[in-house]
Amino acid sequence: MNAAPATQVLGKDLIGLESLSAEQIRMILDTAEPFREISERAIKKVPVLRGKTIVNLFFEASTRTRISFEFAEKRLSADTVNIGSTGSSVQKGETLVDTARNLEAMRIDMVVIRHGSSGSAQFLGERIASNVINAGDGRHEHPTQALLDMLTIRDHRGRIDGLKVCIVGDVLHSRVARSNIWGLKKLGAEVAVCGPRTLMPINIEHFGVHYFNRIEEAIEWADVLNVLRLQLERMNAGFIPSLREYNRVFGVTRERIERAPRDLLILHPGPMNRGVEIDSDVADGPHSVILDQVTNGVAVRMAVLYLLAGGAPDRAEAAKGSDS
Amino acid sequence: MLPGRPILLRGGRVIDPSQKFDDIANVLIVDGTIARIGGSDDLPEGTLVRDVAGNIVAPGFVDVHVHLREPGGEHKETIATGARAAVAGGFTSVCAMPNTDPPIDDPASVGFVKAAGLRGDGARVFPVGCISIGQKGERLTQMGEMIAAGAVGFTDDGRPVSDAGLMRLALEYSRTFDVPIANHCEERSLSHGGSMNEGLVSSRLGLAGIPNAAEDVMIARDLILAELTGGRLHIQHVSTRRGVAMIREAKSRGVRVTAEGTPHHFSLTDEAVDGYRTEAKVNPPLRQAEDRDAVIEGISDGTLDVIATDHAPHHYDEKEQAFEDAPMGMVGLETALGLVITRLVEPGHLSLSDALERMTIAPARAFNLPGGTLAIGSPADVTVFDPRAEWVVDPDRFLSKSRNTPFAGWTLRGKTLLTIVGGRILFDAG
Repeated sequence: MNAAPATQVLGKDLIGLESLSAEQIRMILDTAEPFREISERAIKKVPVLRGKTIVNLFFEASTRTRISFEFAEKRLSADTVNIGSTGSSVQKGETLVDTARNLEAMRIDMVVIRHGSSGSAQFLGERIASNVINAGDGRHEHPTQALLDMLTIRDHRGRIDGLKVCIVGDVLHSRVARSNIWGLKKLGAEVAVCGPRTLMPINIEHFGVHYFNRIEEAIEWADVLNVLRLQLERMNAGFIPSLREYNRVFGVTRERIERAPRDLLILHPGPMNRGVEIDSDVADGPHSVILDQVTNGVAVRMAVLYLLAGGAPDRAEAAKGSDS
Repeated sequence: MLPGRPILLRGGRVIDPSQKFDDIANVLIVDGTIARIGGSDDLPEGTLVRDVAGNIVAPGFVDVHVHLREPGGEHKETIATGARAAVAGGFTSVCAMPNTDPPIDDPASVGFVKAAGLRGDGARVFPVGCISIGQKGERLTQMGEMIAAGAVGFTDDGRPVSDAGLMRLALEYSRTFDVPIANHCEERSLSHGGSMNEGLVSSRLGLAGIPNAAEDVMIARDLILAELTGGRLHIQHVSTRRGVAMIREAKSRGVRVTAEGTPHHFSLTDEAVDGYRTEAKVNPPLRQAEDRDAVIEGISDGTLDVIATDHAPHHYDEKEQAFEDAPMGMVGLETALGLVITRLVEPGHLSLSDALERMTIAPARAFNLPGGTLAIGSPADVTVFDPRAEWVVDPDRFLSKSRNTPFAGWTLRGKTLLTIVGGRILFDAG
């Protein structure tokens, strides 16, 4: 691979979308398109990252994101190691910075990190020379999730610019919401949020988004709904009185979306609580693109890995096709 | 420098707010007390003469809010290192907060702090005791016994007194001894889980926020309780505009309340946290510009009587963590003077004399301490500083054991030259 200096494209790390330009985001999405085809092949492997070592450092439980990254890495021929918090040195009380330095001492190239504390990905990126990819840090950002959401919207609507996208649910605790807000706005979408005020940041309007009290109003306004997972522990913490009431007031139900004036596109980052934030007949219905999101997740992560490793965006097609 | 040798500080500008004195004068120290200001030229035999022309001679600074971490946190600071950091910053008296491990909640532990302070080679250390046993917020400590052992006031600092009934009892019971009851005002059910100010920055960073309301509701409660009981309330590190306004209003009605403003709250806003800078993580948190301005105004008009540092040392391992995992607090003793001059006096928010009042006689009165004055016959606790000397904050040069400051690299004006405690020169910048 003919590596351009990584700093020219994305910088060393992918921490969030807040700090990326529209051009950089578009470039990731454009680079993801050719990579998508690899996963359709019989032999799903290209030598783009051959010889690279990647550590997937997941301090929080994750199935979808971890496996999606792992597939992306393996299909690009990287050598990967998975580390979870249980059964590792982390459980023995090792600090994040010591874990990172030890990994680096083993001469790795990239770290994909998922951590419960906001800012942990940036913290790691500032302390090691390897590329760091944020796979979700606390309530802060989950950039690859937002990128795959945007790629999915673009696939189905042909554009992001000018679309009205409403994020529904627990925005307060959601890194997915933050990354989507930054990314969508940079690409020219109008963004709104909808959910109980107890699950909204105190001054959400200052993010430059609309706020809808009522899901009915959001549905009437939106071209796209991105329905967030309602963490069940939020009910125990008192943010909402009951799941039943949440579904009654904010649930995305068939009855509600049938009244939508436009052909709605429905996304959900998963895992879903069927019958809480989204009803099954919506999740499985014609407006839902939830499984397309999962497919796109692998392609977007391949693109991010490729670009951070120094790949040139305009050479992605050639890189994956080559058999060197 | 032998204790007891007379010292003449010659030619400095002497500012003593306790006597409303501000003039060029010589200060003579004999036998550990202030012997003469101005007046005749004859000196006792063997007097050490220091030319301090062009500099300020002031009562030694008094900080009623420092964490010296001993016992239990000696990797962060000890009473000895904290007292050394104090004199390096021009402080001659400090009040040690009791939230140590174990906490200072009985006469023996007060005695431990007092004795460790006496052994040191730094500022005078005045122990502050816990309001409640074990800082649990349940039962009052033996305040009378602890005062006999050396305690000058009481607080559960680090933990607010959540139970309003207990706060009432503390304010009432302490009246017998006429000592301040100091509270870290924070309604925990509102600040729950927060690690910085609640606002746009916290929303952007995805950090749980501590709203102004968490502080305001407890300040309101405590002012009402102080009025009810007639006790002496001291509100620690006020950080909100409404907090300042409520204290101002309570004072106008004659409520017995004193309050602190800190250098970090008058110098910084929550923007300093951006980038997850753990050295700017502090409780109460750095607020917004309107709050910072209200703290400045409060110090300026005397609503906040006292400038206190809330010196809170932490080991770098503890701050070198993801933001939410790092402890709250920053060191302050060695940057306070520079910040007061650079951020308050030079921009014209208050006169140098008024600023010194907030750092000397006002805190001494709030906690019934002996210092804070250059009155003839009082202990010779004196600080000489150059208000124009420019320096760059380099934490590696701190005498404190810890380096956790958000002001590293800042250019400040105002530097301690000489700190004298009880007639002994304990810090000398040369």
